[in-house]
Amino acid sequence: MGVGIEVTNLNAWYGANHTLQDINLPIPANHATALIGPSGCGKSTFVRCLNRMHETNPIARVTGSVRIGDMDIYADASPVEIRRRVGMVFQRPNPFPTMSIYDNVASGLKLNGYSNRRALDEIVERSLRNAALWDEVKDDLKKKSGASLSGGQQQRMCIARALAVDPEVLLMDEPASALDPVSTSKIEDLIFELKSQYTIVIVTHNMQQAARVAEKTGFFLNGRMVEFDSTHKIFTNPSDKRTEDYITGRFG
Amino acid sequence: MKAGVQQNKLRSALRTMVDHIATGLAILATVLVVAPLIAIFAYLIYKGASSLNLAFFTQIPKPVGESGGGMANAIVGSGVLLGVASLLGIPVGIGGGIYLAEFGRGTRFANAVRFTADVLNGVPSIVMGIAIYSLIVFQQKHFSALSGGVALGIMMIPTVTRTTEEMLLMVPNSIREAALGLGVPTWRSVLSITLKTASPGVITGCMLAFARVAGETAPLIFTALGNQFWSTSLNEPIAALPLQIYVYAISPYDDQHRLAWAGALVLIILIVLAVSLVRYVASRGILKGAS
Repeated sequence: MGVGIEVTNLNAWYGANHTLQDINLPIPANHATALIGPSGCGKSTFVRCLNRMHETNPIARVTGSVRIGDMDIYADASPVEIRRRVGMVFQRPNPFPTMSIYDNVASGLKLNGYSNRRALDEIVERSLRNAALWDEVKDDLKKKSGASLSGGQQQRMCIARALAVDPEVLLMDEPASALDPVSTSKIEDLIFELKSQYTIVIVTHNMQQAARVAEKTGFFLNGRMVEFDSTHKIFTNPSDKRTEDYITGRFG
Repeated sequence: MKAGVQQNKLRSALRTMVDHIATGLAILATVLVVAPLIAIFAYLIYKGASSLNLAFFTQIPKPVGESGGGMANAIVGSGVLLGVASLLGIPVGIGGGIYLAEFGRGTRFANAVRFTADVLNGVPSIVMGIAIYSLIVFQQKHFSALSGGVALGIMMIPTVTRTTEEMLLMVPNSIREAALGLGVPTWRSVLSITLKTASPGVITGCMLAFARVAGETAPLIFTALGNQFWSTSLNEPIAALPLQIYVYAISPYDDQHRLAWAGALVLIILIVLAVSLVRYVASRGILKGAS
């Protein structure tokens, strides 16, 4: 089951660049929350702060608190533990090129020392079914390299890979921006299915996409969160002038 | 209008011609690269093949004046020396490359290590022999296979380190992020994902280093020394193919000259076989995709 996320006074820097300023945000459990905003507004940095990927860059720094469920991720646990609870899907599909489809999906478990073969088989099948890819790949799971799939299939495989470690939260950083419309709609359907089991945070450039998949939407601008509300409210009757200007296409 | 068409035709013909010339030059360059190798190989076969027989692979050198004999001890000796060298040079070299590419990026210490590796790569092999002579042979008061292996191993390190680094840097960052994002610890991600993705290139680097030191003679003169008799002990002087070739090539006897040619031929064939075998085994491992 998914858990809620409570972000309090989050600030982030890359070197001297203050990329996130005083972000406060309650992300509800078992819903999809979309983050929109123009390029460079800090939304990608924000999701990377939610699983501590941000700090893999040596010049990056974070202050503030992020509570996922009952855990303060910057105080109570190591980045490695947090990333097992908070899965991530990246902008471009990034399969492990030396691995078969099966090994790609099982990689998170195998690389952490999990080796019960029968259980792995089950988890791989369940994850691929959840990612709506099972029927397309079930015949050559171990024969085909993960990199030989099409872009849209690769991205669904990456989603399956993230699901296989059984996270509570799924972060998606523009998961469909490198994909064609058919693959995009498959991914969107998938997000709709997945939010019954996971808390989903999705960064998107595509406002229609946000409107289609998310109950809540946050609008980011220049490192600040301008407005956070129900998606319906943001797109029909935003409180802030800047939000309105952005969603009506006056900038961004 | 007609002039324009004419001009286009001319231009297109010109482009086709330039294209042909460029292709021709590329083919010429390829031939120039491959020709010396083929020439050397052909000459070695011409000079050495007639002296190759079973005795060459099964017997040790005969005393001067007696004809026949072989280089069995030198073939085995080279194997021992290269084994010791690989055990030292490949792990240390790969470890150094991993440090440079994955952990030390941009730090001063890493820059110093990289510079040292490049300088070490340029150190003449005879200097390496003298250095190991004073560090190991002189301390132990005797020549040994171990010291020879260490000298060759140290010579392998810079090549292995730098190619490992280059190959790891070619692995896209998105792959590292994918692994870290799954909650895989950094060390595990480096070994099982990054290094594995880069492994074809890393293996090529190791094989280059291996092939290079397999033919080294100078560092062995002061360390392994050479041996006319059977020895596989790490603590005693040991025969090596390049040393044996050297000794026979400068001897005044025709019989030994012929054996030297045969030795050179065998040395090259063994290097080619070793490199091909490693590549074959490694490529099978990768296609399987087991982790």
